[in-house]
Amino acid sequence: MSANTTSGRAGRGRRRSSTALTVAMGLMLVYALLPLLWLLMSSTKDTGSLTTGFGLWFGRDFHFFDNIHAVLTYDHGIYLRWFANTLLYAVVGAGGAAFISTAAGYALAKYRFRGRTALAAIVLGAVAIPGTALAVPTYLLFSKVGIVDTPWAVLLPSLASPFGVYLMRVYALGAVPDSMLEAARIDGSGELRTFFTISLRLLAPGFVTVLLFSLVATWNNYFLPLIVLSDPQWFPLTVGLNQWNSLATGAAGSGATTTGFYPLVITGSVLAIVPLVVAFLFLQRFWQSGLAAGSVKE
Amino acid sequence: MSTSQLPAPPAPVVRPPGRPRPQLRSSRRGHGSFGYVFFAPFLIVFVIGIAAPLGYAAYLSFFQDRLVGGNVFVGFDNYTRALGDELFRTGLWRVTLFLVVQVPLMLLLALLAALAIDSGRLRWPGLFRIGIFVPYAVPAVVASLMWGYLYGDRFGLIHQIGDALHTDVPRLLGGTWMLASIGNVVTWEYVGYNMLILYAALRTVPQELYEAAEVDGAGAIRTAWSIKLPALRPALALATVFSIIGTFQLFNEPNVLQSLAPDVISTSYTPNMYAYNLAFNGQQFNYSAAVAVLLGGVTAVVAYAVQARSMRKEQSL
Repeated sequence: MSANTTSGRAGRGRRRSSTALTVAMGLMLVYALLPLLWLLMSSTKDTGSLTTGFGLWFGRDFHFFDNIHAVLTYDHGIYLRWFANTLLYAVVGAGGAAFISTAAGYALAKYRFRGRTALAAIVLGAVAIPGTALAVPTYLLFSKVGIVDTPWAVLLPSLASPFGVYLMRVYALGAVPDSMLEAARIDGSGELRTFFTISLRLLAPGFVTVLLFSLVATWNNYFLPLIVLSDPQWFPLTVGLNQWNSLATGAAGSGATTTGFYPLVITGSVLAIVPLVVAFLFLQRFWQSGLAAGSVKE
Repeated sequence: MSTSQLPAPPAPVVRPPGRPRPQLRSSRRGHGSFGYVFFAPFLIVFVIGIAAPLGYAAYLSFFQDRLVGGNVFVGFDNYTRALGDELFRTGLWRVTLFLVVQVPLMLLLALLAALAIDSGRLRWPGLFRIGIFVPYAVPAVVASLMWGYLYGDRFGLIHQIGDALHTDVPRLLGGTWMLASIGNVVTWEYVGYNMLILYAALRTVPQELYEAAEVDGAGAIRTAWSIKLPALRPALALATVFSIIGTFQLFNEPNVLQSLAPDVISTSYTPNMYAYNLAFNGQQFNYSAAVAVLLGGVTAVVAYAVQARSMRKEQSL
């Protein structure tokens, strides 16, 4: 089975489309998108309009740019710092994880070496290890080594993605023919060169799939950074936004609720989800074919 | 999921004449060791990020800090304490209830959506596929904050709509409804993701199967039941396993909602929150490690059981 089985469904396109089905699915679309519309609308309001006006329409005044300005300048621009941190964790963490997983999956699929079966079994077993269960021990271990409260504490665990390896192993089995590797060897290409110049290109859809899943995981990561970081300078957006929320609701310990923080939390949230949504829309063609291979072939 | 290999698809290779046929088993030619080179980076991060913390947690869980004697080995004491701990058991029961209700509901919704998009009878299928998937790109923290505000009495949209329709909306952040409210957040986040996994699996069903079914006079429902559902079983099993793991590890959503409803969400609302609070608010690192290991064990056992069961069904077909 190749990854390209997604094409060639012309036969079913001829069917009459069903209005009832479209309406039913429309309800689901509303469920998925309405909260986001509310978030977008709320980001244009000040605290007063937030609490009084109707949620799905604009308030009396248009405060969107004021809110963005407030988000970006509050506390000497700490939000931008959080954004940069998140970008760092996502790009290095997810990019690294995708690359490491691709190499490891390729190794398991295409090379016969001692211990290969055992390593494949470990990877498969590790898929079921819940990452969050390890957060507390990870903190304890990392504090012993002295890398708590540094970016390494967030990055290192993000780089290990057993599911990525599993997916890439399955993908490489189908996408890289043995005969092609043999041909490259005959032509005198070294193993590393073959990997970087030929195999990686064939593995691209799988790579993008793993990259996107890792990107979501690192961009959305909350539990681990919450535990291993205490200096706000290293926070990702998720931890920072929840800290603002605690200030807004008065759960931060001061007792007083600072409702002025609500526009910050809401507008900050909008800015935090834009990059991922854009990434998904741009790369959708790639990950869909990669998903098709990974989820079915066993 | 089996570890068996699929044969690689044959690809035509133009071989220069006069050269010897290449040997199929690469190890004989010494390439096999490159497997280690490609696998090594993962092995390193795996040990640092997963194996070492796991081992360290197991190690810690066998010790206790005592006033007299300091850090002493106590065997399984922490585990027996956890098993008898009312707070831990209540949390575990709560996520189990969540698992039994939320996961099947979410997967059923995802399944129906995937079948609808694949049916070819939907207008603008691409719009639905992307639109329903978008919430997956929203961080759990943002999703929980947003829904928390939507639920709230302060400027909650849901209460506004309820007022407009003159219906009483229950207190969604109150004790009775909190678990369902969290369930809704999780469903909202992951229904599109699961839909896409299932949809991707549907796309790999060979077209000939559908043609054969059509010739045999099977309708849309019959085709869905007899061809699509069996084809979906591995993907469904995968989605179930990931949902189970996610549910037992529930943390982000209740932790974020806690600031909106501190009286409802206790520090031991879910086992994972309990482990976190034991370590960081109670300084009970050893006991927290035992709770984390126990929780991980329960998760792995349940996930494995579901997976094994679905594989057995697969073989009996």
